[in-house]
Amino acid sequence: MVNFNRFVLDNGLKVLVHEDYTTPMAVVNVLYDVGARDEDPEKTGFAHLFEHLMFGGSVNVASYDEPLQRVGGENNAFTSNDITNYYITLPAANIETAFWLESDRMLGLAFSEKSLEVQRNVVSEEFKQRYLNQPYGNVWLKLRPLAYKEHPYKWATIGKDLLHIEQATIDDVKSFFAKHYNPSNAILVVGGAVNTEDIKLLAEEWFGSIPGGAKPERKLPAEPEQLQERREVIKADVPLNALYMAFHMSARKDTGYYEADLISDILSRGNASRLYVSLVKEQKIFSDINAYLTGSSDPGLFVIEGKLTAGVDTATAEAAIWEQLEELKSGLVSEKEFTKVKNKVESTMVFAEMSLLDKAMNLAFFELMGNAADLNSEVQKYLVLTPTDIQRRANKIFRKENSSTLLYLAN
Amino acid sequence: MIDRTQAPAFRQIENIDLIKAEAYALDNGVDLYVINAGTQDLVRIELIFNNINWNPAKPLQAFAVNSMLVEGTSKLTALQIAEHVDYYGAFLQTDYNYDYALVTVYTLTKHLEAILPIIKDVVTGSVFPEEELETFKRNQKQKLSVNLEKNDFLSRRLFNRALFGNSIYGYAAEAADYDRLDRDQLVEYFNLAYKPGNCTIIASGKVEDDTISLINENFGKHWHKGSEIQTNLFTFPARGGDEHYFEKEGALQSAIRLGKLSVNRNHPDFAALQVLNTVLGGYFGSRLMANIREDKGYTYGIGSAVVSLQNAGYFFIASEVGADVCSSAIQEIQKEITLLQTELVPDEELALVKNYMLGSFLGGLENAFSHADKFKNIYFSGMDYDYYSNYVETVKSVSSEKLLELAKFYLNFDSFQKVIVGKK
Repeated sequence: MVNFNRFVLDNGLKVLVHEDYTTPMAVVNVLYDVGARDEDPEKTGFAHLFEHLMFGGSVNVASYDEPLQRVGGENNAFTSNDITNYYITLPAANIETAFWLESDRMLGLAFSEKSLEVQRNVVSEEFKQRYLNQPYGNVWLKLRPLAYKEHPYKWATIGKDLLHIEQATIDDVKSFFAKHYNPSNAILVVGGAVNTEDIKLLAEEWFGSIPGGAKPERKLPAEPEQLQERREVIKADVPLNALYMAFHMSARKDTGYYEADLISDILSRGNASRLYVSLVKEQKIFSDINAYLTGSSDPGLFVIEGKLTAGVDTATAEAAIWEQLEELKSGLVSEKEFTKVKNKVESTMVFAEMSLLDKAMNLAFFELMGNAADLNSEVQKYLVLTPTDIQRRANKIFRKENSSTLLYLAN
Repeated sequence: MIDRTQAPAFRQIENIDLIKAEAYALDNGVDLYVINAGTQDLVRIELIFNNINWNPAKPLQAFAVNSMLVEGTSKLTALQIAEHVDYYGAFLQTDYNYDYALVTVYTLTKHLEAILPIIKDVVTGSVFPEEELETFKRNQKQKLSVNLEKNDFLSRRLFNRALFGNSIYGYAAEAADYDRLDRDQLVEYFNLAYKPGNCTIIASGKVEDDTISLINENFGKHWHKGSEIQTNLFTFPARGGDEHYFEKEGALQSAIRLGKLSVNRNHPDFAALQVLNTVLGGYFGSRLMANIREDKGYTYGIGSAVVSLQNAGYFFIASEVGADVCSSAIQEIQKEITLLQTELVPDEELALVKNYMLGSFLGGLENAFSHADKFKNIYFSGMDYDYYSNYVETVKSVSSEKLLELAKFYLNFDSFQKVIVGKK
């Protein structure tokens, strides 16, 4: 159970406070409701580049990191296709420093041409390190546009092309900030050894005077239903053949997400899971196989990926996966197997409460989805499901015409 | 009215309270250490076995035994073990590092009674079935073939080899080593290493008396001392610096790893050396990050560390940099080291680093598990909690003069092993 108090400032900033006195630390998490899906198709990778620029100094504070480190704090951030999330951990006694820094960069940025230039280079090296200079590193640059034709999930957060990053201008950056980085588009979560009344005062003091701005209206093209199987083959200098299959599925908030999540657990969570036992251990078709969800706010993907054992042909491997999927479609999961995956979900939730930062991030994310209180009833959404729900969902997802298959072959 | 141009007042961290481990002895003499803290009804139990009897002719013995503990016992198959653990929502993992091997279980306290007998079976009755061993070898070789395509992975192997030669620390697995692995080697090692005399148990979380009794029931009885064993003991001769260049055609980035043997936690300079390391490359605002990422944009990340092992300590700097700027990046690294050897770290910067380190230390004590990890650090170095009071004291008091002296003594660039994988 993660307790919290909530209040909203006049400018629209939502503030959640989670009091936890088992630690001397505090966490300040700011979530902005903007991600790669909100980018102009001709300027992809921008939300993420922008995240880097948020550390380049703000209207009244020349350096973001230095004053924070001086009071014993640390910070980082990440960008996904849906959100951009910034977080600070620091001794609770010094929490006002976090309010000072976070509020000033919500008020306005003041970075230089040089800062933009350098971060373009840094992001470009990040692109190389994560996507280009790694075996199979570019899979998601290929799989996204295969699975999505209309929705902006068709590009990765790093961007679809290095060129987009290289061409970013100061004006682009300014207009992105003006549109998305407003109190009305943000959720602030403060957790740790803090009390709500103090945080109310601090929030009013530091964030209260920032103009609220208009919450941007999101009008994204919906992904049309896929009607035909899609396939692509890539050849590259990799040591092993690999197989990736992506199926369209529900959005994060829908019941279908929970059903699909349990399906992915049945298929590949742990050494007693179906794909591992049957395809790695018994049939020895794969050396490694996984099923997981993108878990995105708009309808996402159910992904199965595996590396083939040397000597096994891809048709055999693909057929073996389909056989497993057909089994889910035609039969009911046994009571024992179903209890197993549910128990795992339940204990995972309890273990997640060990980390203050995780709790703060989860509160912010659930608040964005509608209500932070849903975090505490999340496990119920899994527990009410039945084997019939699983079977029905499997039939909905695992259809050839709903699949995108990528064969990644060794040269 | 607030003044946004002024940093708010802040407080220095004065006291850092560690939750100290309580020592118990099980009936058969196994040492149990308990960190009892937290509000969630859960527990982590770690069984830790020293790596022993290093034999270069059988380099994968210890690792393979640890990985395959869950692959079958005389009573249970691999699948039955996994099903049982998963059914109770528990997590069982095996980990292997330079100095020891671990078997760790995370479970809700209410399921501990059902889980522990499985763990007992795994550490006392593993049989390493032939078929599972073949699967293990094949999958490990496939994994290795993928890793060998990663520059960062290659640079680590070359670096360790350069520092530690033909010891367990310097060993880099080859596919052929897996081919030579057989069941007899595993059984031999298992029978020697996985014995109460070589085992320490650490329990953290909400560990109450019932839990301690359960641990004693399972691991304190009917588990007896084994044969004489030799914990791995190495000394490493210092050697001159050298460049190790592994060229990769068409590399977009080069992985670089530079460093040398240093001191470990047992040495009186270690804490001060950590301060010096933090200034250089130990945090986001470090000099290496400020120069090579934030000023030049040569890399997504660069860092340095001092590492403490049981038989050695070492220092290294690592990064993946654009292939076209690899040589410039190394020059800049050298420049930063020379600077530390010739100019005092300014007071303001040193004060910042000290506060950062204290905050980071405090933040690293998040829950019972992290307190247990702090205990492991000192326990396996043969030290006590004074190490941490000394650490905090040193961080607070170390002077710029001392850091300059340490930089001259420990960071001689010419004596570094310099590994580059990619293009230079």
